[in-house]
Amino acid sequence: MKARVHVTLKTGVLDPQGKAIQHALVNMGFAGVNEVRQGKVIELELAETDPTKAKAAVDAMCTRLLANTVIENYRIELA
Amino acid sequence: MKAGIVVFPGSNREGDMARALEQASGKKPTMLWHADTELPDLDLIVLPGGFSHGDYLRCGAMAARSPIMPEVIKAAERGVRVLGVCNGFQILTETGLLPGALMRNSNLKFACRFVKLKVENNATPFTQGYNKGDVIQVVVAHGDGNYFADEATLDRLEQDDRIAFRYAEGTNPNGAIRDIAGIFNERKTVLGLMPHLENVVGLAAGGDDGKPMFDGLVKALA
Repeated sequence: MKARVHVTLKTGVLDPQGKAIQHALVNMGFAGVNEVRQGKVIELELAETDPTKAKAAVDAMCTRLLANTVIENYRIELA
Repeated sequence: MKAGIVVFPGSNREGDMARALEQASGKKPTMLWHADTELPDLDLIVLPGGFSHGDYLRCGAMAARSPIMPEVIKAAERGVRVLGVCNGFQILTETGLLPGALMRNSNLKFACRFVKLKVENNATPFTQGYNKGDVIQVVVAHGDGNYFADEATLDRLEQDDRIAFRYAEGTNPNGAIRDIAGIFNERKTVLGLMPHLENVVGLAAGGDDGKPMFDGLVKALA
């Protein structure tokens, strides 16, 4: 089965890349973009077919490598 | 002093570090490979600067999970001194040996220049060659040196005298919170810092304000 992990910066953590994207959008004429926060999407192709087990495994992958929970949050989607 | 330098794929400051250590101790450090699973008997383990694993995912993230790192962590727990510079500092935070994280420089620019550092704690083997409050001139070369930790962690670092170096006023190159350039673990046996003190030891241009760190380590650990 497939898993998709969304990694985003925690609220309150400065995101200079998001700020640069926001400035670019505003300069391009896209009005009303008040804030941009950027992150990562990681797609995994798993041998596991049981959703509960797959989710538990991906959760462990997130806490141990895919996200740094000092500064980042993560969200797991199974498909 | 028996020193070892762990080389990761993408490390690039291991040669400079080896020269600085050899100048101070008279002995060539042992070069270790990230895939090794055993460590020789060492007084000091160094994680050098560079761009391990291409900085993929997050700086230091993959290196922190290298086969050698469980041994480095065990050695650190036994009290073996560990020094992480630049990418090495990033790796130490990723392993959890040091708190916080190093994020993209706040101005998004790679900072490669001289900065001034203030010595905050000189009561450790790493910093005993300095006086508290000394301002030294050193170099930085990084894109991700913006130190971050939550307020409670920062307060604890300050209360426990675990800030080794701060950027002197007006020279913070990366937006690091509270101007933090280098921190210790609780026992002050592990030091992580962004600036390359190994590049200012009088071997070439650039000054020698980094030399007291290496001489101090040799004095403490020889």
